[in-house]
Amino acid sequence: MSPAPAPAPAARGPRVGPGLLLLVPSVIYLLAMFVYPFAYGVWLSLHPRTGGGLSLGNYLAFLGDPWQARTIWITASIAVPNTVLTVGLALVMAYGMRRGVWLERTVTTLLVLPIALGTVLVAEGINGFYGPKGWLSQTIQALGLADPPRLTHNYTGVMIALFVQHFPFCFLMLLGYVSGIDPALEHSARVLGATPWAVFRRVMWPLIAPGAAIAFALVFVMNFGVFPSAVLVGQPAGATRSIAIAAYQQAFEHSDMAMASAIAVVMGLCQLLGLAVILGLRARMAATGAATLGAGKR
Amino acid sequence: MGEGIRELRFRLTKRFGAKTVLDDFALEVRGREFVTFLGPSGCGKSTALNLLAGLIPPSAGEIWLDDARVDRLPPERRGFGMVFQNYALFPHLTVFQNIAFGLELRGRRQAEVEGQVGRMLELVQLPGFETRYPGQLSGGQQQRVAIARALVIEPRLLLLDEPLSNLDAKLRLDMRAEIKRLHADLGLTSIYVTHDQAEALSLSDRVVVMREGRVMQAGTPAEIHDRPANLFVADFMGYRNFFRVTVTEAKPDGSVRGRTGALTFAGRGAARFNWGDPVVVAVRPEDLALTEYEPGENVLWGVVRLTEYLGREYDLEVRLESGQVVKARLPQPVATGSTIGLRLPPDRVIVLPPDETTGGLAS
Repeated sequence: MSPAPAPAPAARGPRVGPGLLLLVPSVIYLLAMFVYPFAYGVWLSLHPRTGGGLSLGNYLAFLGDPWQARTIWITASIAVPNTVLTVGLALVMAYGMRRGVWLERTVTTLLVLPIALGTVLVAEGINGFYGPKGWLSQTIQALGLADPPRLTHNYTGVMIALFVQHFPFCFLMLLGYVSGIDPALEHSARVLGATPWAVFRRVMWPLIAPGAAIAFALVFVMNFGVFPSAVLVGQPAGATRSIAIAAYQQAFEHSDMAMASAIAVVMGLCQLLGLAVILGLRARMAATGAATLGAGKR
Repeated sequence: MGEGIRELRFRLTKRFGAKTVLDDFALEVRGREFVTFLGPSGCGKSTALNLLAGLIPPSAGEIWLDDARVDRLPPERRGFGMVFQNYALFPHLTVFQNIAFGLELRGRRQAEVEGQVGRMLELVQLPGFETRYPGQLSGGQQQRVAIARALVIEPRLLLLDEPLSNLDAKLRLDMRAEIKRLHADLGLTSIYVTHDQAEALSLSDRVVVMREGRVMQAGTPAEIHDRPANLFVADFMGYRNFFRVTVTEAKPDGSVRGRTGALTFAGRGAARFNWGDPVVVAVRPEDLALTEYEPGENVLWGVVRLTEYLGREYDLEVRLESGQVVKARLPQPVATGSTIGLRLPPDRVIVLPPDETTGGLAS
């Protein structure tokens, strides 16, 4: 007698059933609120106002005009250094606070405040403090120390504003990562002969790096889209004419939605490029086994 | 292995705010000795270990290793090995890299590192695991790697912080034997922290029983087990029956007689007592035996209230006429509700000073 045939292998993957119907509302929402406008924008960018059907004319015009194309460089020169600064300082501070500090709750509450206040209020605050008639300038003048430096309505103003807006979020995210690492790892490394610096370099940093990469990616994307700060505390006609400002001007000053869409797509591609670089580096780190972490403190 | 130490001496106090967690804790540990700090959670035993390792600073005190004072050295310069309760292996490093960690920090050559790590893996019976990550190992394997990582640097002193408490019961016994073997074979000086009296008794040359930052008793396992000095240690070492009595006779050889109501006892005094002293008589459940003798000295009669079958033995709760409940462990079954006599061998009965603050004392 021949052996019974082996049972057919069980179907792999999730079972398809009526439960999938539950997905329908969110799929409709996504299609209507994200996919359609996005696709429409791309379609629009490929149909220049001058007519003539499908063409790359808008993209070529944007990239061919030095005044416009320069906005990519300007935006990158704000976004990249600011992201490095924000993530770097947040990392140093989170590492220093990983075992808790005095008045920790108060400190973190103060840090969250800028997130809650929103961009415009923060910009007003920066003008009020760092501006030409602000407290800082007046104090410096009153003390007769020096000519007060110009800190607003230029590159510096935008850097300050973006830092104030994005630092708290970045810090809290990294603090969660860092404080989630078992203190016993640090202790065992110390007893095995590692100085505090060696502990950071050989044990803590490999464990923090994947989280730092995510923080870097998020802050970079937010920074690259800089708009209100570039207008309110920057120099929107010159030094801080970011790519978002260029798109805004095309859309609402020249009423050229097609060109504005093309600029927005370029901006999106730049952000995706940045993300790809960062996540590529993260994947390389993860491949060496660095991405293992417990739940954080918050 | 390495150059052994002759002696570790320390005297340490640690306060956290207003709370004193370690109160002038002093000890001398000889080279190659295995000393255990035993006590319930919060007794200061882990704090003592962390102070020795240098992971927290003492509020006062000194640590001397042979002729060198080490309490001002940072942990990385003390040359100790430490094994943690949760293993604390580096999750991003392989087994090989974990064990090699201490050697690489010491700048050893690659060939030497490979040889040493290989020998260590043999020693903890994990050859062939070099390229695994900690997350791919069982708890017992992780603890073996943690022990190998601590031993490979040839530590002058090995500190173990409840290393077995996360393992299941069977593995715990295996690893206990393994630790004892490594300690003896390598000529280590070890300090071991645990709340488990069986671990302390089986591993140690000397046991230090601690409570609320103070030493309650220090001695060989046999001394701690058979001659507890006070109610706390007796309670911790498995004495479950306590009787408050008044001394009626105290002989110079240490034997003491006492009485409460109709009950009279004879036992060994843990200290010098005088006629009329209030004392506590303590006896273990397993030291009680069935008897046909009439009630009298060291003979108690009562009604069996509860029987629990333990596989080889039976745990009984026997209610005396006085209302006190006595716990006994007998080899033979006894029917619940029956009236039985229990004999307390005088050499297994200890007489302790009364300590009102100790829990576990039957009222």
